[in-house]
Amino acid sequence: MSEAAFFIDHSRCIGCQSCLQACAECDTHRGVSMIHLETIQRSDSVQTAPQVCMHCEDPICARVCPADAIKKTPDGVVQSSLKPRCIGCSNCVVSCPFGVPKYRAEIDQMMKCDMCYDRSSVGKKPMCATVCPSGALTFTTMEDIQRTRSGIPINTWKFGNEVVKTRVYVMVPREVEQVNVDLVQISSTPTALQDDPYDVALMLEDAQ
Amino acid sequence: MAKLPTDIPELVKQFGPTLHTVPPGGWVHTDKDEKLVKTHCCFCGQQCGIQLRVRENKVVGFEPWEDFPFNRGKLCPKGVKRYMQDEHPDRLKSPLERVEGEGFKPIGWDAAMDRVVSEIRRIQQKYGNDAFALLTGASLTNEKAYLMGKFARVALKTANIDYNGRLCMVSAGAASKKVFGIDRSANPWSDITKAQVILVAGANIAECAPITTDYLWQAREKGAKLIILDPRMTPIARNADLFIPVRSGGDIGVFNGMLHIMIERGWLDREFIAQHTTGFEAVMETVKKYTPEYSAKIAGVPPEMIVKAAELWGPAPTSFLLHARGIEHHSKGVENCIAAINLVVASGRIGREGCGYAMITGQGNGQGAREQGQKCDQLPGSRDISNPEHRKYIAGVWGVPEESIPQKGLSAIPLVEAIHDGRIKGLISICFNPAVSLPDGNYVREALGKLEFYVNIDFFLSETARYADIVLAGSLMEEDEGTTTNTEGRVIRHRQAVTPPEGARQDWAIINEIASRLGYADKFHSAPREIFEELRIASKGGVSDYSGMTWDAIERDYGMFWPCPEPGHPGTPRLYEGGKFGHPDGKAHFLPIEWRPSAEMPDEEYPIILTTGRVVSHFLSGTQTRRIGSLMEQYPQPRCEIHPRLAEKFGIAEGDFVKVESRRGEVVVRAQVVKTIRPDTVFVPYHWPLDRSANNLTIRAIDPVSNIPEFKICAVRVSKTDAPTDAIAQLEMEAGGIR
Repeated sequence: MSEAAFFIDHSRCIGCQSCLQACAECDTHRGVSMIHLETIQRSDSVQTAPQVCMHCEDPICARVCPADAIKKTPDGVVQSSLKPRCIGCSNCVVSCPFGVPKYRAEIDQMMKCDMCYDRSSVGKKPMCATVCPSGALTFTTMEDIQRTRSGIPINTWKFGNEVVKTRVYVMVPREVEQVNVDLVQISSTPTALQDDPYDVALMLEDAQ
Repeated sequence: MAKLPTDIPELVKQFGPTLHTVPPGGWVHTDKDEKLVKTHCCFCGQQCGIQLRVRENKVVGFEPWEDFPFNRGKLCPKGVKRYMQDEHPDRLKSPLERVEGEGFKPIGWDAAMDRVVSEIRRIQQKYGNDAFALLTGASLTNEKAYLMGKFARVALKTANIDYNGRLCMVSAGAASKKVFGIDRSANPWSDITKAQVILVAGANIAECAPITTDYLWQAREKGAKLIILDPRMTPIARNADLFIPVRSGGDIGVFNGMLHIMIERGWLDREFIAQHTTGFEAVMETVKKYTPEYSAKIAGVPPEMIVKAAELWGPAPTSFLLHARGIEHHSKGVENCIAAINLVVASGRIGREGCGYAMITGQGNGQGAREQGQKCDQLPGSRDISNPEHRKYIAGVWGVPEESIPQKGLSAIPLVEAIHDGRIKGLISICFNPAVSLPDGNYVREALGKLEFYVNIDFFLSETARYADIVLAGSLMEEDEGTTTNTEGRVIRHRQAVTPPEGARQDWAIINEIASRLGYADKFHSAPREIFEELRIASKGGVSDYSGMTWDAIERDYGMFWPCPEPGHPGTPRLYEGGKFGHPDGKAHFLPIEWRPSAEMPDEEYPIILTTGRVVSHFLSGTQTRRIGSLMEQYPQPRCEIHPRLAEKFGIAEGDFVKVESRRGEVVVRAQVVKTIRPDTVFVPYHWPLDRSANNLTIRAIDPVSNIPEFKICAVRVSKTDAPTDAIAQLEMEAGGIR
């Protein structure tokens, strides 16, 4: 691996799905994407968020695997499950805080993003970060990202009380140091329209 | 004849569209005997560099081409999956002949050509030369576009040739020509990243020109302010500093309103205006009444938005204007563009680094295909067919008497109208799917049914080709070579990756063969490289001058920008440096623009505005992308975007089947209830055929100057309906069915 790192900038994402389409093209993926795109709430907004494997320093998926099927390479890339070991239990699927691993019933195995190890281990960029038209996914050096972006890269997450450090960075505003993800009570959508910065009707309210 | 030979489900059964989902040979992990061909995407006007993986004369995949400077390996989903159109089960591999009651049967090339030539002769002898017309396309290479124009004027001697760029770039081109004197984006894309304020009017960049997104974001990282005009909150609008959800057709309100404030607050480059422009007094007079309040009524937005736009744009040291079909697809498309361009000229911010203007071309060769002489009013080199000097020069290049070159013919919509009312009896079309892409679809399909003889050249049997008497199996972009000119005015090289399948022929070879059989073998015998040499000479001295270019230099320099008037010339990435414009007086010409209503405004009977457009995974009429499995999976059928307030009024919920009706036709699609659209407007994308075609609704009104159709606004009503169960509805979604 070179010293390049993987950066996600959600504010740049345009939801085009080039990343998924290109991921599926990898010969070993056989037409199936190992990454996914979250559509936050299309009825309210066009915001989307690409989700690659974050490659945790201490990967929870590997920790909870009863078959010891998930391995991390010396350079920090968390691999798909090893076929001879994977028992298809989906512990990894339910435990990953980012929702990355997917159990594929047709091959009875968990597969996930390995940062295109076949490419990145020989100095090429991962496919998704090469094609991404918006630069929401970027594979480059820390120096380059600091020079070309207004935000800063961070890789510390806090899920409740659990701190997770990842190999993949996300771009955030300068004042942010870590991403805190707390449990929130999701209530049912209220019937009356509330102030919503993305509601075009509210923007036009005083237009008549 | 030109009527459907049998019913549509039967034709779909024979010729698709069907989906292609697996590369030839399956998902094999090998690079054995594989070569990488550096070429370009066949789809939009960005013309991204891409490498095609080729094994045993088959395109089996792609690899990003990171050295190509425009897109540096970046691709949209269409680019990623474009290779799936190769080795496609629907691919035409033989000429076809219409068989009444059955469909089409394969015939030999010789028999097909005999029939084509004898019908051309019969129709032209009986009804006159102009009764045989040509409809061509803006996805053709420069060489093929040039050949089509020459074929029409020299071999067919018909005035009636036009192309589907008429649905795309003509408003922008005409406006640019009127104000600047040249029809081309003024700057290379690299200038976008250096601008401190960027105004994007009517361009869903994220979906229609995805690669441009990174240029916008690069500017934003450096602090640039972004202003977006669109009736929908598109993915780029979401992150804009100012999103103006303008009512379709109301853009002039915003532009004139901004200029009004700029004049009032002194945000003008007076020196630039005095030295390098004409006509500003008249513009000042016109925009006097465009106060924020007056302008806001036209635009359908709060006046504060227009004030804020002027405050961002007016005093900026550098700026960039980009526009696309959103303001161009109007019966006042040229006026919309001029009003926008006036903002650039008044600021004096053009012809310098980080200061400029660009139109975002939609089709693959949207720029080049309109320069080589396949427009009804143009000869090669962007020359004017009614200018005696221009005619004389081209007559010399072609070796024909000047008077033998026909005068200006009909543009696409009047041409189809002439077919409908019987003035045009015969048609050859290539790279054009009017049954899906032209407005007022029912009328267009009726017109096709009236042709006495229709030849369609294509690689798939498009919805339009179903009306043909003879279908000639042509070639894909990667089965041929040539050049295109991208949205920046950069001429680039398409390399041949594979040969056409046996039984299909390269398009230029088909045209040469028809011309030869008509008695013009001496003028139609060249392959693309030789055609480029002729095109170069034909363009010499014209506005779009390619005469100094060679294919080798184009390859070496990753493309060359025109004008390139002599060998060794580096090309011209940025136009208008030093305030020198394209008009004979060297100045930019301001033109005063008054807002006027669109052809069909909403009323009691049809109270809602319909606007149409594209989605990221499909291209134009969908004849290619509706055949690619993973692109269909991403967006399988058209949906009607509708605001929850409007939806509630009609009792429509997310996913309901809705009928959208205009005075001309209807579609039934599913509703997508979203807060990201104006509550007086609905949106339906246009890539699908038949009962799912948004163009069943659109209006056949055209701009008086550019003749572009008004795709972006017509009046409709929307109602909840039951799931359709007819035979068309039951087809697969790629064929026009609904689920």
